[in-house]
Amino acid sequence: MSFAIELQNIDKRFGAVRANDQVTMQVEQGSIHGIVGENGAGKSTLMSILYGFYQADSGSIKVFDKEYWFNDSQQAIAAGIGMVHQHFMLVDNFTVLENVILGAEGGYLLADGIAKARKELQRLANEYGLDVDLDATIDSLSVGLQQRVEILKALYKGAKILILDEPTGVLTPQETDELFKIFAALKEQGVTIVLITHKLREIMSVTDQVSVMRQGTMVAHVQTAETSEGQLAELMVGRKVLLDVSKGESEPGQVLLKAKHINWQDHHAVPRLKNINLELRAGEVLGVAGVSGNGQSELLQVLSGISPIQQGSVEVKGHTFDKSQQTTPANMREIGMAHVPEDRHKMGMITDFSAAESAILGYQRDPALNQGWWLKPELVAQRCSDLMQAFDVRPADVTLKSANFSGGNQQKLILAREMEHNPDVLLIGQPTRGVDVGAIEFIHKRILDMRDAGKAVLLVSVELEEILSLSDRIIVLCDGEITGRMAAEDADERSLGMLMANAQKAHDPLSQQPSQTQEQEAQA
Amino acid sequence: MNEVTTLSDMWLTLLLTLDATVRLSTPLILAAMAGLFSERSGVVDIGLEGKMLAACFASATIAHFTGSPWLALGGAILASLSLSIIHGFATITHKGDQIVSGVALNILVSGLTIILGLTWFRQGGQTPALTGDGRIMSIDLPGAELLNSIPFLGPLYKELISGHNILVYVAFALVPLVWWVLYRTRFGLRLRAVGENPNAVDTAGISVVSLRYRAVMIGGVLCGIAGTYIAIAHNAQFTRDMTAGAGYIALAALIFGKWRPLTVFMACLLFGFLQAFSMRIEGVDLPVVGAIPVQVIEAVPYLLTVILLAGFIGKAIAPKAIGKPYVKER
Repeated sequence: MSFAIELQNIDKRFGAVRANDQVTMQVEQGSIHGIVGENGAGKSTLMSILYGFYQADSGSIKVFDKEYWFNDSQQAIAAGIGMVHQHFMLVDNFTVLENVILGAEGGYLLADGIAKARKELQRLANEYGLDVDLDATIDSLSVGLQQRVEILKALYKGAKILILDEPTGVLTPQETDELFKIFAALKEQGVTIVLITHKLREIMSVTDQVSVMRQGTMVAHVQTAETSEGQLAELMVGRKVLLDVSKGESEPGQVLLKAKHINWQDHHAVPRLKNINLELRAGEVLGVAGVSGNGQSELLQVLSGISPIQQGSVEVKGHTFDKSQQTTPANMREIGMAHVPEDRHKMGMITDFSAAESAILGYQRDPALNQGWWLKPELVAQRCSDLMQAFDVRPADVTLKSANFSGGNQQKLILAREMEHNPDVLLIGQPTRGVDVGAIEFIHKRILDMRDAGKAVLLVSVELEEILSLSDRIIVLCDGEITGRMAAEDADERSLGMLMANAQKAHDPLSQQPSQTQEQEAQA
Repeated sequence: MNEVTTLSDMWLTLLLTLDATVRLSTPLILAAMAGLFSERSGVVDIGLEGKMLAACFASATIAHFTGSPWLALGGAILASLSLSIIHGFATITHKGDQIVSGVALNILVSGLTIILGLTWFRQGGQTPALTGDGRIMSIDLPGAELLNSIPFLGPLYKELISGHNILVYVAFALVPLVWWVLYRTRFGLRLRAVGENPNAVDTAGISVVSLRYRAVMIGGVLCGIAGTYIAIAHNAQFTRDMTAGAGYIALAALIFGKWRPLTVFMACLLFGFLQAFSMRIEGVDLPVVGAIPVQVIEAVPYLLTVILLAGFIGKAIAPKAIGKPYVKER
């Protein structure tokens, strides 16, 4: 068996952080090889080194039995390596074709290269089932199609090894299936695929071998057929992890939150929410499923008082708000609602603030923290240290800058801030986005504790597994509309996926955006 | 008979105004194209003004000492180019704030040219007036006098098209060239890409740093030509702050023209026309309003940019990565 990639003793430091510590791995030619690990385990760093984006401090790289030292990505590309990054490396206002030839234009003038590329891309598209309109601009394409462009880009540059970093994070289940079909076609043609992911189910279903990383080191290499999700999770975290959340029967009480006929448009007058009606009862978790960008953020913002109500009404614990009776997040907090925003960096905390300061955001007027007009630093520090203890935030250093905590610990701190005020209604957006497996388990348990304590929880998540395992009832948002409602026990990934995607195909919000092609721009 | 004379007089007046427009918009075009390269690559170039001013001083000084306008042009380009390299070093290599670096250069040049001028020439910060050979002179296109007798078209050729400085023709020829480079060459594709998403360029194995340096340096060369034009073609000496905001107007034209060569060119012509128009009606008593203060007219380009950008020409979408130093993500 020959190897496509052999990495020997790769070391890489970023300041004091040892991102890769004596990492050794081999990838068989023509196989699909998974790399799993928690956030910050060093997977992406390792692959960026292989792709020439970073240089290792020491170690050796062999590609197809030839020793290399990549100083930049161009050399890695020349050696036959292609990479699809987690955040796509595409120029939004360029056409597909322009994006593909960038860096491989074939001469000083574009005309010849473009004509040649068009032919070659048509061939690749047919061969691998990668259909995409070559003259469409990137911003007019769906995320799934943009990913295809990334794959085409790599193949066009002659990639024999394709590295994909968290490729399914932004895809619907159906798009994910499509992607895996493409994998199969690629494998058949002899392309080696390296798949970086934290989704163990995907690893189990598509890979041949798996490598597990933990804290910068490689802890195991296993044949996929000889392992299980549980074993992989344990290897990743270093201890036993409960993957399945066990929860008791819910005992829904009275309605605490009621939204009636909510319509909402953004400042471009694009409707983002269309006639939303929902009820949330005490003692239940209502899951909101949907592909990111289909109105979830807007729903959270309207319900939490961040965005003004334009049409319809929101009723919280008997208080009714509508167009003429607006509310504010502070007011909502006062009447017993808490909100854990989707984007913790933009809305949940101020990354330049210390943990203590981030831990009181929104509650800074709490008399328990103030003396007269003055905020008492020692009380604030004490509050933060209590929260850190309750939610096991590490390191438990209240003076540390918020940005310097890991994603999971940042999220735990925000959850602690909101949950410890004992709200009756809790809105949570993407509670485990960018959070590692160990912390996910903890967060899930806390959410269910809230439910069992008789609180009403609205859970917005793009992770279907999370929605399915935590919710009692589920609604599906697509293009700002509720396209499905069901009890959690009646739902599965397939049925939710259909609801998330179907209506989207009928009127894809992205397809209505004006697209600017290069020609139009050039003529202007 | 009388009517015909009036008509051709009006025609001539219009032609002369347009002729002035061409002369006044030339430095704007050169500077705006300089800014276009720089900003399309993602580097804000508020230092257009300073680079032009440095080029003005360098060209006037060298022309005074050597009497050669071409040496002056070369020296001016070098002066402006070295400033653009400093800007690049501060903002590309060291990832400094692009506005701060640009403003610093403007202030530096504004003061330095006066001090050097005072020290070397002792004429209150000016350079001595050039005569004859030291300037870049206008060139008459063949047949200008001959064709002048043809009504309308003759004067059009003589007044508007012929008789300009060689640098004027360079500026106007530059526009289609810039368009071609930007949209038809590999360099142009990469340049546009690096201003939108430098990550995409970097992962394609192209050096972001080298692309941005090249863009900024092209801007330096063009500002050098623009400054030379102002000092030793349009004028005959260096005077304090003689660029008088042309760099900022060029920036306004850049935004106004949405960072696209042809629309930027049109914006430069418009602003040039407004300047020419203001000179023509300066002190003229207009019916109803009387004489319009020249300051009002001079403010028009800026007002127009603000007003039109606010609603009439739609949103000016800047290159997405503009103003952001490129740092590899961790």
